Amino acid sequence: MTRKELVVSALENGTVLDHIPAENVYKALDLLDLKGIGNQITIGINLNSKAQGRKGIIKVEDKFFEDEELNKLALIAPQATVNIIRDFKVVEKKKLSMPKEVIGIAKCRNPKCVTNHQPIQTRFATVEKDNRISLLCHFCEKSTEIKHAL
Amino acid sequence: MSKKSLISIRDFTKEEILHVLETAKEFEKNKEQKFLEGKVIASLFFEPSTRTRLSFETAINRLGAKVIGFSDATNTSQSKGETLKDTIIMVSNYVDMIVMRHPLEGSSRYASEVATVPVVNAGDGANQHPSQTLLDLYSILQTQGTLEGLTINMVGDLKYGRTTHSLLQAMSHFNPKFIFTAPEELKMPQEYKDFLDSKGIEYIETTSLDEHLNDCDILYMTRVQQERFTDPMEYERVKDVYRLEASMLSGVRENMKILHPLPRVTEIDQDVDDNPHAYYFKQAENGLYVRMAIISYLLGYR
Repeated sequence: MTRKELVVSALENGTVLDHIPAENVYKALDLLDLKGIGNQITIGINLNSKAQGRKGIIKVEDKFFEDEELNKLALIAPQATVNIIRDFKVVEKKKLSMPKEVIGIAKCRNPKCVTNHQPIQTRFATVEKDNRISLLCHFCEKSTEIKHAL
Repeated sequence: MSKKSLISIRDFTKEEILHVLETAKEFEKNKEQKFLEGKVIASLFFEPSTRTRLSFETAINRLGAKVIGFSDATNTSQSKGETLKDTIIMVSNYVDMIVMRHPLEGSSRYASEVATVPVVNAGDGANQHPSQTLLDLYSILQTQGTLEGLTINMVGDLKYGRTTHSLLQAMSHFNPKFIFTAPEELKMPQEYKDFLDSKGIEYIETTSLDEHLNDCDILYMTRVQQERFTDPMEYERVKDVYRLEASMLSGVRENMKILHPLPRVTEIDQDVDDNPHAYYFKQAENGLYVRMAIISYLLGYR
């Protein structure tokens, strides 16, 4: 009989962000503004995953995100799953949807873009082509690949 | 009428484009229409440009409005570190419209969002220059009698040349075919080819100027612009790649016209200037009528 054991400890109440590409876990913490908060957070990186090989997971105690906030995660982890936990049970599973606009968090890669020279909040439209996401700058109209923008 | 700006050619619908071109025809017939008397328009050139600035300022004067502004940012408070936002808000309080050129891409879009008056983009770096695009369209319309179903051969710097990018976007309303003549280093960027694919518009790419010279209605020549290159070696390799001479024009279509946003350097030989296919000087003149039409339209007068 195989012994089933959780690699990362279970949550009583909170949100589990699973199937994040292992290399994007730190970016995910940034995107969801989790670095400064006081909640208990468990992070797993390079966990074995049948589907992904190596995956990352983030568990945040007593935190329930707005959908709009969660959807930012789709930019770097479109396959991620979100489980809402109450009293140790999964009460809801959520799928992420790609945000249409990305405001403030990304950086335009065009060195001549006005947002890189003036105190302006960046603004992008997301463009999906051949399963790749890029960001189209609202100001300079240039597109930046997601891995260069975040 | 709510505030409407012209920042990118994509801000205008097909109907608005055609409306402005029709209005420009009226101004070409009658240049003295001073219905903007009492208005003040700011001409803010954060980067020098002789042709565009003089054309806009002439258009403003011909419409009877007054111009304030500067032709060089070195003597403005931008050089003291004032943000673009503060400059634009301040100028907004004085005038009825702002015409601006700025070296940073996206600066005009940003200005239009902080200004309380309409903003016309007279060029934001390598990004957009919509009044140039509209005068190109006007020149095509005037020489061909239509914008529909034409074959446009774009030649030269198709990578950095914003005029070709905007013209391509604008012409996409009118079932065109494109020929892109450029050296490998200066080919039309993929994003624009994707755009054409998405609209089902045909295009051919070539490196040879001779190859499709006889197959087009409009030959749109461009200068290889040194100031857009980050790599000086790349510029040296491609700067003199094409040179159009009168002797090359013997087999071209009768209706074919040569356009060039100017200034030209070596890409069109002077012996082409007197050729009946040359249209680039008249094209520059058309800029005046088109700019009069743009200003009148955005201020709600036409």
